[in-house]
Amino acid sequence: MRHLKAINRKATRVVQAVTAPAGDVVALQQGASPPQQPEGPHIPLGCSLVFSPGWEADRNGGTAGLCQPVERDLFDCHLGCFWPAHVPDQLNHAPDWTSKCAAAQKDWRKIDLIFP
Amino acid sequence: MSLLGLGEFHAFGAAGQRFLYLVPSAAVFALDDAAAALIDALDNQRLSRDDLLAAVAPRFPDAALDETLTELEQVRAVGLVAAPPPPTPTIIPLTPFPLTTAVLNVTNQCNLSCAYCYEYSEDKIVDTTNGAQPKFMSDETARQSVDLLFRESGDNAVVHVSFFGGETLMNFPVLSRVVPYAREQAAARGKRVEFNLTTNATLLTSEMIGFLADHDIAVTVSIDGPREMQDRFRVFHDGRGSYDVLLPRVRELLRRHRSRPIGARVTLTSQVNDILGIYHHLTDEIGFQEVGFAPVTTSPGRDYALGESGFDQMVAEFKALADEFLETAVAGRHHGFSNVSETLEEIHKGVSKAYPCGAGLGLMGISTGGDVALCHRFAGSDEHKLGSVTDGIDRGAQVAFLERHHLANKTDCHTCWARPLCSGGCYHEAHTRYGTTTHPNLHYCDWIREWTDICLRIYGELAERNPAFLTQFDS
Repeated sequence: MRHLKAINRKATRVVQAVTAPAGDVVALQQGASPPQQPEGPHIPLGCSLVFSPGWEADRNGGTAGLCQPVERDLFDCHLGCFWPAHVPDQLNHAPDWTSKCAAAQKDWRKIDLIFP
Repeated sequence: MSLLGLGEFHAFGAAGQRFLYLVPSAAVFALDDAAAALIDALDNQRLSRDDLLAAVAPRFPDAALDETLTELEQVRAVGLVAAPPPPTPTIIPLTPFPLTTAVLNVTNQCNLSCAYCYEYSEDKIVDTTNGAQPKFMSDETARQSVDLLFRESGDNAVVHVSFFGGETLMNFPVLSRVVPYAREQAAARGKRVEFNLTTNATLLTSEMIGFLADHDIAVTVSIDGPREMQDRFRVFHDGRGSYDVLLPRVRELLRRHRSRPIGARVTLTSQVNDILGIYHHLTDEIGFQEVGFAPVTTSPGRDYALGESGFDQMVAEFKALADEFLETAVAGRHHGFSNVSETLEEIHKGVSKAYPCGAGLGLMGISTGGDVALCHRFAGSDEHKLGSVTDGIDRGAQVAFLERHHLANKTDCHTCWARPLCSGGCYHEAHTRYGTTTHPNLHYCDWIREWTDICLRIYGELAERNPAFLTQFDS
């Protein structure tokens, strides 16, 4: 933290808690940087526990060579999965939000941004 | 729209710096100017993120306001109005909760007759009529109390035995035999035991002082100040004042017992309330290292009870003495106003309490007859019994107590920013005022908040001007 200065010991612990990296999503959040092996065993939570192929990162943490593109997660998760992805309400509020996205791997950039 | 509003905290300033005391985390953060401006902009209004940033941006063209706001959100000083942080879960501590301290009421007899005494006055809880309780704890009960403490201490490496009364020294023989016994037991179990004792000091002899010093027993003397104040309430049964009797004894105690700080404990009443005068008399003239003050526990309306104006005056005097503490601490020296140092330690550690004190949790009181109760103030009361030294701690009764007294049940406290430190206040005070230990002590809320604010400011000043002073509270 650069703008708030932890003064007492509890504040130091609060800073540690909020700035700790979220371990579960390390592999999926690597973005543009080259894939790196996360420290220690990395076991993502969620659907990957049932070994749905293509959902998770590969054994190096990379996402390029998966049988399903990572972008498909959006659909996999909020339709068929017990782990609900955060998506707009397609029944009432935004029925057409994916209408321009015919093939997720190719068209995912065209998914509309929806504001509540 | 998703609007941002202020989270729960108490803002205070010290040494030209702005701070937040966050609730319920009890974290203390210092704000930079931009963070302070963001907090100010949300005072009494709610804004969207963009509006808030836009409102503050002109004054801080170069600041990374977005990052500042994110940090304020992370520590929950600012948050979405529509999505307040989840309520703090009600967690009842796991039992068996290890026992840290046993307070042994070695006698309920006293050679003084202080008008305000909670044990014998009109507000008493425990039946102290003749024959209802043993007058003195026996050797056997004292040893069983020590056994219970070790047996229930779990993984604690250090346990504490407190001697209390009545007047503790009226049962000095038992006390003097149980101390070596407890040391033997500690050695056999690979633990350490520490002792402390509270006394009115009128029965201290040279022999006793030697014993206390040799055995490293911390001593607290109940004393109300200079002669005219001490003798106002702390009198013998015939009405004679006790000041002249205790003074030479206390002086000898302070001279010979150097291994532990000797503290004075002052009871404030409507008649005895000159805090600065009392403090300087007890430290400068008598030589106590620590002085702690507490308002008398009493039902309202008693002649000696502190009224509204009494509390106001008390806070004003506490403030003056606390200012003295601050100046002394900034200079890196010790000041003996223990009400401040105790609160500073809790602030430093970031204590956020679900229960006001350790009573019924890590601390229990044991009556002369061997009943285990919440604390020494309830020892001997059947209503507040949590077991006995022979049958052990009644864990069922303990859990029931903990469930009933959790902060979550004190609705009045839920919007108060001082609850991490106060948590509703003393059970005994509540029982005396409201007839039940479950009631929060609403009669001194304003005072607690004002006092906590004073201590937070001192903490902030020290954090800016002499942070090294605060490292003493690390352990």
